[in-house]
Amino acid sequence: MEWEPRAYQIEREMIRRFARAIGDPNPLWQDEEYAGASHCGGIIAPPTFILAIGFEQFVEEVLALASFGTVLMGGTELECYQHIRLGDLITVIFKISNLRQRQGKMGKMAFMTFDSSYKNQRQELVAKCRQMVIGY
Amino acid sequence: MPPDGYRLLGRRLFEMTEQLYYEDVTTGSEIAPLVKQPTTRQLVMWAGAVGDYLPIHYDKDFAQSRGLPGVIVHGQLIGAFLGQLMTDWIGELGSLRKLSCSYKGMNYPGEALTCKGKVTKKYVENERHYVECSLWAENSKGEKTASGMAIVILPSRS
Repeated sequence: MEWEPRAYQIEREMIRRFARAIGDPNPLWQDEEYAGASHCGGIIAPPTFILAIGFEQFVEEVLALASFGTVLMGGTELECYQHIRLGDLITVIFKISNLRQRQGKMGKMAFMTFDSSYKNQRQELVAKCRQMVIGY
Repeated sequence: MPPDGYRLLGRRLFEMTEQLYYEDVTTGSEIAPLVKQPTTRQLVMWAGAVGDYLPIHYDKDFAQSRGLPGVIVHGQLIGAFLGQLMTDWIGELGSLRKLSCSYKGMNYPGEALTCKGKVTKKYVENERHYVECSLWAENSKGEKTASGMAIVILPSRS
């Protein structure tokens, strides 16, 4: 099953909030002057910023798949092919690639694997991500 | 901390860091650890930054109703800490190609977490200089609550 692609415009405040949430002071993520003079040529997002793109909608859709009380993240595999830059329009597609169910001590548990791909406004593949999610 | 102080601190920290090159790295060497102490405030900041509003990360009663001892740290925040461990290490000329992490145990706000890594392999392929590392996060009891690996590309002096 694959969900409709969704596009997100990457704004300065999204990157700043993400970096501050981690407590990552790297000026490449926030300081225009520093980042502009660097090899990166401007503000870029931390590689793990991928995790934030479309995640809110993703969680809502996973919760709606079954009447889970909650979900827990079991693991993440991220592959990055190029930087995400300020102003990029990133299109993400999530699909469910594996589903196993078993009875656990809290009732029925589902072990799900989701694969997502991220393309920029030039249709270049920026990143891929696999998430292992436990619903119960 | 006010935004300007935050910015200056970041800049000062990074100007002191020297760029890492492929030739500087040896298999088995350790990466300078990154210590984090996620607070409930940080969990709220993370929830807002990524849009993860699952109540197991802010509502103690709800967390207990799902069989957890209390509010837990978002697994992906630990993944992002490991990402910072790598981007701090590789500098602006390095690039993170792959980061994987499995969340083996629960982390609780208020507990110190130390992110660590070790170089497992280095190789050149298509003129690119790759370094593989194993990564993990340890709680204050020394338990590995998350572990994974990373592949980075480093600049070469040659």
